[in-house]
Amino acid sequence: MPVPYTKLVIEHFKHPHNVGEIKNADVKVTEGSPACGDMLTLYLKVDPETHVIEDIKFQSFGCASNIATGSILTDIVKGKKIEEAAKITWKDAVKALGGLPTVKIHCSVLAADALHSAVEIYMEKTGLVKEKKPTTKEIVMSKLSHVVDPLTGIDVVRSGLIKTIHIKDGIVTVILDLPKEHQFAKNIEEEILERLEHLWDVTAVKVIFEG
Amino acid sequence: MRVYLDNAASTKMDKRVIDAMIPFFLEKYAVPSSQFTHTYGLEVKDAVDEARASFVERIGGKHPEEIIFTSGGTEANNLAVKGVAYANMDKGKHLITTQVEHNSVLNSFRRLEEEGFEVSYLPVNENGIVDMDVLTRCIKKETALISVQYGNHETGTVQDIREIAKLSKEKGILFHTDAAIAWPYLPIDAYNWGIDLITLSPHKFYGPKGIGILFVKKGTKIKKVLDGGFNEFNLRPGTENTPAIIGAKKAAEIFSKEDVDRILLLKKRLIRGIETTIKHVEYNGSKEHSLPHIANLTFKYIEGEAISLRLDFEGIAVITGSACYSKNLQASYILLAMGKNHEQAHGSIRFSLSKYNTEEEIDYTIQKTGEVVSDLRKLSPLGREDEE
Repeated sequence: MPVPYTKLVIEHFKHPHNVGEIKNADVKVTEGSPACGDMLTLYLKVDPETHVIEDIKFQSFGCASNIATGSILTDIVKGKKIEEAAKITWKDAVKALGGLPTVKIHCSVLAADALHSAVEIYMEKTGLVKEKKPTTKEIVMSKLSHVVDPLTGIDVVRSGLIKTIHIKDGIVTVILDLPKEHQFAKNIEEEILERLEHLWDVTAVKVIFEG
Repeated sequence: MRVYLDNAASTKMDKRVIDAMIPFFLEKYAVPSSQFTHTYGLEVKDAVDEARASFVERIGGKHPEEIIFTSGGTEANNLAVKGVAYANMDKGKHLITTQVEHNSVLNSFRRLEEEGFEVSYLPVNENGIVDMDVLTRCIKKETALISVQYGNHETGTVQDIREIAKLSKEKGILFHTDAAIAWPYLPIDAYNWGIDLITLSPHKFYGPKGIGILFVKKGTKIKKVLDGGFNEFNLRPGTENTPAIIGAKKAAEIFSKEDVDRILLLKKRLIRGIETTIKHVEYNGSKEHSLPHIANLTFKYIEGEAISLRLDFEGIAVITGSACYSKNLQASYILLAMGKNHEQAHGSIRFSLSKYNTEEEIDYTIQKTGEVVSDLRKLSPLGREDEE
């Protein structure tokens, strides 16, 4: 076949494994945005006793490489303990696929980033994180730097969409310089909740649109 | 089934074109450069002159020497833009073009900018059309050239070049149009419409590759950009590609209006088929002012490289304006200039038709596109097939 992909990439692209949503997932996380050319949502279901990943599913608004890496990466970590999953890198995914064209490597990086975010959120949620740091503005900002405005492809921190962040009595309030009617307001709100809600000392997250 | 729908990139040559070219490889292979040459050369020169006369007539020129044969549309555009800019510096160093031109036009202007020219890149509206008022406002005393494409190679949107030519004439500015993808699908009438330079590209209409044509109206101040001999009225040096010149002439000769009408029907069938069977589809460009053979559609919530690769598995050849498809990972500058966001460019697909396509092929494409889109949407986190 004249396409620049390995047989395995094509196979995973044509018939991707672990596709879809998990309704009662322990973690749902989205990495990237359509504007960057890639977007991947991961769902994790983890055994609370053993911390083994029982089920993992993904959805992709991406190209062939994005879909193929999502497929193989979820294959690799399914059945693994959460700590082991944390060690899987994009290189493992690319290796398992028999290689990717150089310009497509970033697709695998995105998939691995999504996995690492999901693992991190799970560990924070379940108290597996050893050091429990109080949630500060800086921590909130660093979490939100993964939330991307689909229109510009720039994350909400860098694009200056975040007006203010208040943290009081476990309630995090994020005020966005964005109208409520913005095409992607709902997506952005959802992603912000995904990134913050589970933090150990956070009881509620409020997203306010003031654009 | 194999369906080639990338005809805006290049077309299958017509067998009659090849037949016309063959003697110019095997028998009439001498160079046509001088009128005082040997009989071998004169024979070829006659044929090349006929080709010139034929193009002059078809595009509404008046003199055979107004036709300059080049190595392709890219070279013709380079010659038009740079050649006119260099030759008219006494008038001024301001030039006007649009944001949606072919790279050979855009990058020629960018080169001129590096060399100290000032260039205005006109924006387009959401349908890809240049606003005449904006153009009028951009014109200065020093403006030496306006270059606006006839039709767009990615969306098929057609500009009102008659109005632009009229305005250019009123203001005393030279006007070039890149008609590489538009002609002969749409007619052009150089003198009557008041166009000074026109770029044509025969491999877009079943002719050979490696040949382009620049019409330069008699009296237009233009400088050659390649240095060499005195060929092509001292505007384009290098041995004439005579087989391709003859092939280009033949392709233009046999190009038929009936084929265009049929292609347009096929395109309408394709658009209607897709729009009635697939949800969340956006048409990119102007439906009203459009080339008969190009349609550009965005399938929301999914990515274009994935769509085109899946369609390729089904034997269907199309391209996308998605960043994932391009060498530089940039989304289509044309769709972005039309105010489309990255997400819209991400899921865009260009279908471009030819006289060789059939109704069966179009119906097959509609069906397979539906399957591929529905399949990929099942993977997408952004939206669902069943949602309104």
